[in-house]
Order: sequence, then structure tokens, then C-alpha cells
Amino acid sequence: MNNLILIILGMAAVTYIPRLLPFLLLSNKQIPKRVDAFLKCIPVAAIGALIIPGVFSATPDMPMAAASGMAFTIIIGLWRGGIIIPVLGSVAVTYLVLFFAA
Amino acid sequence: MTKEVRDAFKSGIPIFIGYVPAAIAFGILSKGCGITLLESFLFSAVVFAGASQFIALNLLMTGMGPGGIILTTLLVNFRHFLMSAYLSTRIGKMAKRYKFMMAFGVTDEVFSVLSFQKGRLSKTFIFILEISAYAGWVTGTLAGYILGGFLPEILTKSMGVALYALLLAMLLPEIKKSVKALILTIGSGLLNTILIKLDFLPNGWTIIVCILVIALAGSFFIVDEVQEEIYE
Repeated sequence: MNNLILIILGMAAVTYIPRLLPFLLLSNKQIPKRVDAFLKCIPVAAIGALIIPGVFSATPDMPMAAASGMAFTIIIGLWRGGIIIPVLGSVAVTYLVLFFAA
Repeated sequence: MTKEVRDAFKSGIPIFIGYVPAAIAFGILSKGCGITLLESFLFSAVVFAGASQFIALNLLMTGMGPGGIILTTLLVNFRHFLMSAYLSTRIGKMAKRYKFMMAFGVTDEVFSVLSFQKGRLSKTFIFILEISAYAGWVTGTLAGYILGGFLPEILTKSMGVALYALLLAMLLPEIKKSVKALILTIGSGLLNTILIKLDFLPNGWTIIVCILVIALAGSFFIVDEVQEEIYE
């Protein structure tokens, strides 16, 4: 099983290095405008792909449940904003839909 | 408690809640693969990367050697390179000194929360967020391994929704302000869906392609905007 420890350490290295390198390479540099504009768009681009299509299979047996939770987040999020209530509320709504549908 | 600390916990708690059920699943699965408790713990504590840990278990079961598993992990997690590149432009002076520790905790969700904070990112905010995420991932793994499926299935499934809800809740104010953000988000989601359906990219790379293509498209919007401001 020493083999497995080796795998874990190797995985840790190849996970950590890409997370670290940009901090070493970019931190003190002046970044050209065009590149800066590109970097600024990374969050929205990444989050779009992180949510879609994954969210549609969050509750695979009953996609309606996750969809109801998301609808709650959208309504409360647009209306009042915030994080805790939209998130915990969506968990509660999803739970209730799954609970009563089962 | 300062506002900064409160805000950090407000985003840290949803990440914790979202990571626990996924980590429990990892703990259960790793036990099923015949891995010891210590090894399962090390996976989560040292690698700390959700999807690639599940993939590694799968590959282990198929009998793939260390080289293949490590290479796959590199491919799956390479998207964090782009996320760190963005974050490196956002951290404050004080936070820079801690970059070696900070870089370890750059997960999809931590990145997402950090990217929507206004102004320079402080080390307090970053570390509260990363420690919440890490605590959820590691304790969940141990709980799953030791206790097995102790939470009802519908509860863990609903808890998993927290991560999507968190991303969405942070995105909404952005979308409300700018139609471009909405277009880019949906464009990225559509592109990702198509790429997954086409099924020719290795795991983790559909997101990389989406980031590159959509952020590049977006950068033209933004630069145009800057130039418009100059001309006005």
C-alpha cells in the first residue's frame, strides 16, 4: 500500500502546483490591459460552467427538486440579495420537495 | 466580530454545508475500495480536490498505475491555474506573504466567492473561507469513512444543492447590474453542456475550454467598454 501513499503525494503535488504558480508568476507584475480584461472575465465564465449543466443533475431522481431550490435562490437573491437565506432556503426547499415527493 | 469576518462566515458556511455530503460520499466510497482510514484522510487532507479524488478511486479500482492517476489529476485540476491567475491580481499586500498557504485552498467554490468580493482580498477573509471549506471536506471524509451513510439520502442530496445555490446567489447581483455578465454566464453554461455532450475532452477540460473561450469573448466587450469611456 506504499504505492497508494505515493499516488496521494503525487496527486497533491500536481493539484497544488497549478494553484500556486500564478501567485508566484503574476503577483508583482504589471499586467497588460488586454490580459487584465481577460482575467477579469474568468469568474463569470467559470461560474457559468460550474453551475450549468451540473445543477440539473444535483437531484438526479427528481430534477424538479433542485430546480425548485434554485428558483427559491433566484427569487430571494434578486429581491433581497444576501447569501445565507438564499442558500439555506434552497436546501430546505429541495429537501421538502424530495421529502413530500418520496 | 468585524463585518469582514461576518461576511467570510456567511460564505464559508454554505461551502461547509455543500462539501460535507460530497466528502461523506468520498469517505464511504474509499472504505468500499479497501483503503485504510489514514489513507482516506490523507487523500482529503493533502490533496483537497473534490472531483479528482473520486476519479482517482475509480482509476485505482481499474488497476491504473500511479503515473496515469497523477497525470489524470493534473488534467482535472488544471482549471485552478486559471482561477489562481485571476486571484493573484486581486490579493492585497498583506495577503501576498501568505500565498504558499493560500494557494493550497483554491477550490472552485472558494475561488467563486473570492472573485465576487469587492476590493482587495484580505488574508482574514481568504483564510476563514478556505478553512471552512477544508474543515467541511476533511471532517466529512472521516465521518463518511467511520459512520457510513448516517445521514438520510434526501438530506445529503439537498445539502449538495447548497454549492449551486451559493454560486447563483453570488452571481445574481452581477447579472442584475450587467446584461453582459448574464450573456457570458449563460454562454459558458451552454458551451459546457455542448462540450460534455460531445464527450471528447478529458474530465475537467470542458471547464477550461469554457473559461478560455468565454473570458476571451468577454475581454473584447470589456476593452471596448474602456475605450468607449475614453472617447466619451
